[in-house]
Amino acid sequence: MQDDPQQMIQIRWHGRGGQGAITAAKVVAEATFKSGYGGVVMAPTFGTERRGAPVSTSLKISREKIYDLSPIRFPDIVVVLDYLILNEVDVTVGLKPGGLLIINSPRPLRDHQFPDYRVAVANVTKLGIEAGLRKGIVNSGIIGALGKAGGLVDIEMLSRCIAAEFVGRKPEENVRAAQLVYAATQISEPSRGAANA
Amino acid sequence: MSEKLIDSGNNAAAMAVQLAAAEVIAAYPITPQTPLTEKLSELIAAGKMDAEYVAVESEHSALGVCIGAASAGVRAFTATSSNGLLYMSEQLHWAAGSRLPLVMCVVNRGIGAPWSVWNDHQDAMSQRDAGWIQIFAKDHQEIVDMTLKAFRLAELVHIPVMVNYDGYYLSHTYMPFELPDAQTVREFLPTYDYAHTLDPEKPESLNTVTLPDARNDINGVKQPGYMDIRHNLHQEMRLALQVWEEIDADFQQRFGRGGTPILDPYRCDDADFVVVAMGTLANQFHDVVDRLRDEGLKVGVLALQIYRPFPTAIIAEALQSVKAVLVYEKGLSYGNQGALYADLKSALYPYPNRPQLHNFIVGLGGRDIGTEDLYQTLKTACLQEALGTPEQNDTPQWIGLQL
Repeated sequence: MQDDPQQMIQIRWHGRGGQGAITAAKVVAEATFKSGYGGVVMAPTFGTERRGAPVSTSLKISREKIYDLSPIRFPDIVVVLDYLILNEVDVTVGLKPGGLLIINSPRPLRDHQFPDYRVAVANVTKLGIEAGLRKGIVNSGIIGALGKAGGLVDIEMLSRCIAAEFVGRKPEENVRAAQLVYAATQISEPSRGAANA
Repeated sequence: MSEKLIDSGNNAAAMAVQLAAAEVIAAYPITPQTPLTEKLSELIAAGKMDAEYVAVESEHSALGVCIGAASAGVRAFTATSSNGLLYMSEQLHWAAGSRLPLVMCVVNRGIGAPWSVWNDHQDAMSQRDAGWIQIFAKDHQEIVDMTLKAFRLAELVHIPVMVNYDGYYLSHTYMPFELPDAQTVREFLPTYDYAHTLDPEKPESLNTVTLPDARNDINGVKQPGYMDIRHNLHQEMRLALQVWEEIDADFQQRFGRGGTPILDPYRCDDADFVVVAMGTLANQFHDVVDRLRDEGLKVGVLALQIYRPFPTAIIAEALQSVKAVLVYEKGLSYGNQGALYADLKSALYPYPNRPQLHNFIVGLGGRDIGTEDLYQTLKTACLQEALGTPEQNDTPQWIGLQL
């Protein structure tokens, strides 16, 4: 991403209640803050969420202090922790043309066609199990995909923040999951329009 | 050593209360306040905070425990939201009338019925006449700093202080802030020393039935009646504004932050049009103001940091010569208009060149406050050529209604 002080990078996270999207966003918030972004705002959207239902959270990142805490309308990046949410929620609503869509999916990249966007896909669920995590733990792994495709923060800083967040809850396995996903993430460029994310 | 970190607003408040070395915490859980007092209970259980946590069965009892603790000379703290604050209402008046230096965080939330867990300011506004000092934070740094300053203010003027911050917008949002050095906080906020601590060796009669008229006590010394006591509360609350400014100046010297204890203006210096708002809503206007300035409109936003005591003269002086004042607020006095708007209008009335005033009601019960809506309504108000009838101008406009 550009290093323009006025520029704000807005990331919207879609997950299911209990899946840990808020924790993932928190880790990235911490990592970007420690990487020198002075303005970081992570605001969960609260509704009548229950386990399994689609939920979302906002993460705004800027070099300068952020004053507007209203929910993100036009994200630069959308992160989807479960590809089946694509059937339930229009996750790309407001996503800027050329923006980045990151999906945890068992399907290959070519199955996720979004001509206006950069798309990054990894099988975070499978890689999490390979890393030694319980099935369904994807919130640490997905950070690896964001690290690879988003280019905001390096994977070392993300790994350090994952280890700190998951103290007492398999920190090494969670870091390994992120690193495996980082290595495995596949990215396609938008097939139409100019990439400007 | 001070520490820069990123965390939730509720955790920021809890860390400030820990730094302030509160000795008694009594609270009853209510969304969105709950994580604040949960955090305090964890800190106490882990031995990181030397305090007694009293789990009570209601908010009324929570404040009752704090009243008892403060009467015994102990620094006490509680927190609540919405209907929890209303359930405390009787005790709020009691704490203020007893002149006890309590601090309470109110994590602002809409009031039921119907139930809402989301943010507005109606809870705090409904208690504005309880005799508490009410301050409003706009971000996590202000939550921390205002909470620390609130303890010192309460203990200097013997009036309880309510630190308000927006539910979810701040309580559950993560953002960076600086946590001050513990030793410097101890120097800023010395141990609470209460002159009227309950003491069996030194019996006093406190808050008994007080006759309408002043009368002599057993030693022949004239003692105030109820009305005189209430007059003193009012007068000393007015004087608390200056004390608050002095505390802020001292805080700024020690910690390097402050300078806007009462009003926090943004691009107001040469402004023709000034938005007045409290809490995060005022900050949301920063980008709106920048945008309208780029379009050539002389606009600014003035955040009101302290609502009670109302800084009547200070805010009136600041606004008396602008063209128009636009009051955006998240609550109202049902059947009339926004409470802040009415207060501001009354403050400006004595000034001959007083500006036009307009009132906007936004975000009740968490209704989305679109920055675009703020921009459009503000721009329309600035460009308005012909004014309506006095009654039309004075009628609040509801923004974002979905009727």
